[in-house]
Amino acid sequence: MSVKAESVNTSKSKASSSYTKKDFTSDQNIRWCPGCGDYSILAQMQRVMPEICEEMDIPKENIVFVSGIGCSSRFPYYMNNYGFHTIHGRAPTIATGLRVSRPDLQVWIVTGDGDGLSIGGNHLMHCLRRNIDVKILLFNNRIYGLTKGQYSPTSEMGKKTKSSPFGTIEKPINPLSIAIASKASFIARAVDTDATNLRDILLKTARHRGSAFVEILQNCNVFNDKAFSSFTDKTVKEDRLIYLKDKEPITFGKNQEKALAMVTGESGLKEVGIVNTNEADVADILVHDESSPGTALAFLLAQLDEAEYPVPLGVFRNISKPLYGELLDEQITEVTNQKGKGEFFEHLRSGDIWTV
Amino acid sequence: MTQKGNRGSVSPDEKSGDENGIFEIDNVIIRFAGDSGDGIQITGAIFSHDSAVVGHDISTLPDFPAEIRAPAGTLAGVSSFQLNFSSYDVHTPGDRPDVLVALNPAALKVHLKDLKHSGTLILNHDAFDATGLKKAGYELDPRNDGSLTGYQVYDFPITNLTVAAVESSWLSKKQAELSKNMFTLGIISWLYDRSLDALVERIEQLFSKKKPELAEANKLALQAGFNFADTVEVFTGRYRVSKADLPPGDYKRITGNEATALGFLAASELSGRDLFYASYPITPASDILHELSKLRHFGVRTFQAEDEIAAMGMALGAAWGGALGLTGTSGPGVALKSEFIGLAVMTELPVVIASIQRGGPSTGLPTKTEQADLLQAMFGRNGECPVPIVAPSTPGECFEMAIEAFRIAIKYMTPVFFLSDGYLANGSEPWRIPDQDELPDYEHNVCSVPEDYAPYQRDAETLARRWVVPGMPGLEHRIGGLEKEDVTGNVSYDSENHERMVGIRQAKVAGIAKDIPDLVVHGPQKGDLLVLGWGSTRGACRHAIENAQAKGYSVAGAQLRYLNPFPKNLGQVLSNFKYVLVPELNLGQLRLLLRAEYLVDIIGLNKVQGQPLLTSEVEEKIYQILDQNYPRAAQA
Ligand code: SF4
Repeated sequence: MSVKAESVNTSKSKASSSYTKKDFTSDQNIRWCPGCGDYSILAQMQRVMPEICEEMDIPKENIVFVSGIGCSSRFPYYMNNYGFHTIHGRAPTIATGLRVSRPDLQVWIVTGDGDGLSIGGNHLMHCLRRNIDVKILLFNNRIYGLTKGQYSPTSEMGKKTKSSPFGTIEKPINPLSIAIASKASFIARAVDTDATNLRDILLKTARHRGSAFVEILQNCNVFNDKAFSSFTDKTVKEDRLIYLKDKEPITFGKNQEKALAMVTGESGLKEVGIVNTNEADVADILVHDESSPGTALAFLLAQLDEAEYPVPLGVFRNISKPLYGELLDEQITEVTNQKGKGEFFEHLRSGDIWTV
Repeated sequence: MTQKGNRGSVSPDEKSGDENGIFEIDNVIIRFAGDSGDGIQITGAIFSHDSAVVGHDISTLPDFPAEIRAPAGTLAGVSSFQLNFSSYDVHTPGDRPDVLVALNPAALKVHLKDLKHSGTLILNHDAFDATGLKKAGYELDPRNDGSLTGYQVYDFPITNLTVAAVESSWLSKKQAELSKNMFTLGIISWLYDRSLDALVERIEQLFSKKKPELAEANKLALQAGFNFADTVEVFTGRYRVSKADLPPGDYKRITGNEATALGFLAASELSGRDLFYASYPITPASDILHELSKLRHFGVRTFQAEDEIAAMGMALGAAWGGALGLTGTSGPGVALKSEFIGLAVMTELPVVIASIQRGGPSTGLPTKTEQADLLQAMFGRNGECPVPIVAPSTPGECFEMAIEAFRIAIKYMTPVFFLSDGYLANGSEPWRIPDQDELPDYEHNVCSVPEDYAPYQRDAETLARRWVVPGMPGLEHRIGGLEKEDVTGNVSYDSENHERMVGIRQAKVAGIAKDIPDLVVHGPQKGDLLVLGWGSTRGACRHAIENAQAKGYSVAGAQLRYLNPFPKNLGQVLSNFKYVLVPELNLGQLRLLLRAEYLVDIIGLNKVQGQPLLTSEVEEKIYQILDQNYPRAAQA
């Protein structure tokens, strides 16, 4: 659609190649608790934005951040772009309406585990299924922070919180599995404090055309501190994290001496096992493939139990699918070609008319 | 206008008519009734269309069960369609039919009570067998137990005659029977002196492409019904209703939902902005989605959302981006959307919510009409959350008020309710197609943006903020549901600021009163009684007032089309009358608002049966008030 901006001073627009981090920093005071993982995600986003704008030749006024409710959803206030802090769980709907009617915009959604998977689970699923061209960052801290410490849909079973003093009695949901089941076209996972990898994922997310879903493991140091430290701590991470690389064997360990492989389990069925790269048959070692049309490998990786297996980070899935908005615009073009551009007053007179 | 009689019934007592035995009458009310599988709605629609095309004014009332396929032959499965066609300006589908066509015993049982005294009853003899009677819950055959005394009963073997008539079409007996509605229509066409040409053409339009064999059978049945009526000589005369005296112009028959869709398309044309309609299927609003989905070549983007909440969010998201954001639903859907409507109020974005009311509460009566969602539109949100409300009062007026809804939304940067109902949505009337110069101008909320732009700066007159959309360079800002600081739009928890902003939002909506037409009073401008209606009660009110005026009563009528804010002359108008009567299809919602606003003791006429208001009900109330000097506590 055409934007009526006749009298706007376009000289204010900067060349998309000349931005710095400062251009993306708003004048608002940041209200997150000191030490919150959200700070580092914000910093990486502000740092990577100039690169995104330059590479994709997009001015910053065409980049939009939409959020729901929760600590993470304050994010748009701190980015100096257009932003909309909407209502709990519903950011994907605002983003969908905006993106579908404004194909010129790059739309990011910032949500959390409560916002995106509890109250807003329905919208998340449908947004991904339709392949709306939006980029969803789900900050997963496995707790409700803004409401001060109740368990969330990703809290581990048995967790004691203010609303579960005797431990939760419900199984958590796995965010990536939801995205995979919804056939999202881009799915990734990153950790808040792992700056280099996070920036890399954000850049790849920006490049992707279609629904992108990124789970960012984010530490809430006030209500759920060290939720991920069993695999992100410096001392253990080499053995506890896998950095997925496309078309390469899935290995980890200090010298990449360990790998995921299909082994025969006790039941006689194949299952994922951890093998030593030197000893294992190379053919059994899993090779990562982001662009596999099927979702089996991505699902297998997403489902690994973090108590027993290392935790995969990086891009799980990255495929190309038709965009909802493009299909809609194609229909508009097609029908317009068939019927001619709609003429309102002619249309008023269509059907059976009689004259009095 | 003069008092007109309804003399549509075929009465053997009538004199012999003109040389062809044709009597001139003013209007006829026909109700077709049968099982929901009997094609009643299509029969009604075809005959209505024909009536409009031959120059009558018409008003229609379709009524069908909520169940898609209720058990055949049962009372629950009865579907009906009432048509009032007339040589003068009709306001309603009529209270009581002159002619009732009952294609099965259940239809007779449900509708007989409404038929006028000495009215005409056409029955399908073949359906009155033991099974049919049992399904309808008749212990005795009503045709033989005296129940039908006083009516003109014509009991024809319609099913068998139809099957015989369409024999040549090679349809199975079961399929052939389906054409009995057309056979009946043939009889009615003969009775009211219609030529079959236009009807045949209509049948071809409707069926030829998809089911040519059905088109053929329907045409055969129609002709056979006509010939049957012509030859059996049981009817004592035929009737002709002369053309109505409508204002000159080009007309088409339009339902409220069709007019609504057209009005929103007009808003897109007038504003030069693309229309974005997000909706979740719900009775009785779905037809708006169906209509707008056809309009891709107008750049209309329709979106069937995953739920009601999503539909509202998408419309609001589109509005944020500069499109005409629209959603449509009914009461249960409005309930789900209300949090988002609050966000639209807070972020001051233009979005329209079309609420097509139905019987409530909860799932209620999905296919029946009611006006009980006025207070929901007015107050159904958390916080002080004013939303303007416009309400059409005829199917055709849905067009005009849809245009108004967006005019107000854009000019004042606010969500707006367009409040229609099931009766308007599905009812139809002849609609004069407006010319280009009859449509209003939209004052664009153009973004002439000053150097010191701030998101919550306001226009001094309208108090609207600017519609600055993503993509405008140098104006990047953030909006959201948290309270805004005056002017800057920054998040603010300041208590005085909050009170100021609540006041500004209220004042902005209240100020719209300066920008809407005064309430027009029909009849004496001062007097004993004002009948003040809103929405679809207009027809019944108008008709009742005309009848009462003809009898010499001092009665005036007015129909409120703006419910929030009220027209600025409303208080004055109310004070010009000794009594004010507000008829509405709820327990008194508008009355409550008027009493609160103007401290006037208003009399209510309230009905919640899922059925429209009848002229006779309003008329009776008028006489009750004026004849008995109705006690009025607060009379000064
Ligand atoms: S409550 Fe937790 S998630 Fe929220 S800002 Fe504080 S540390 Fe961050």
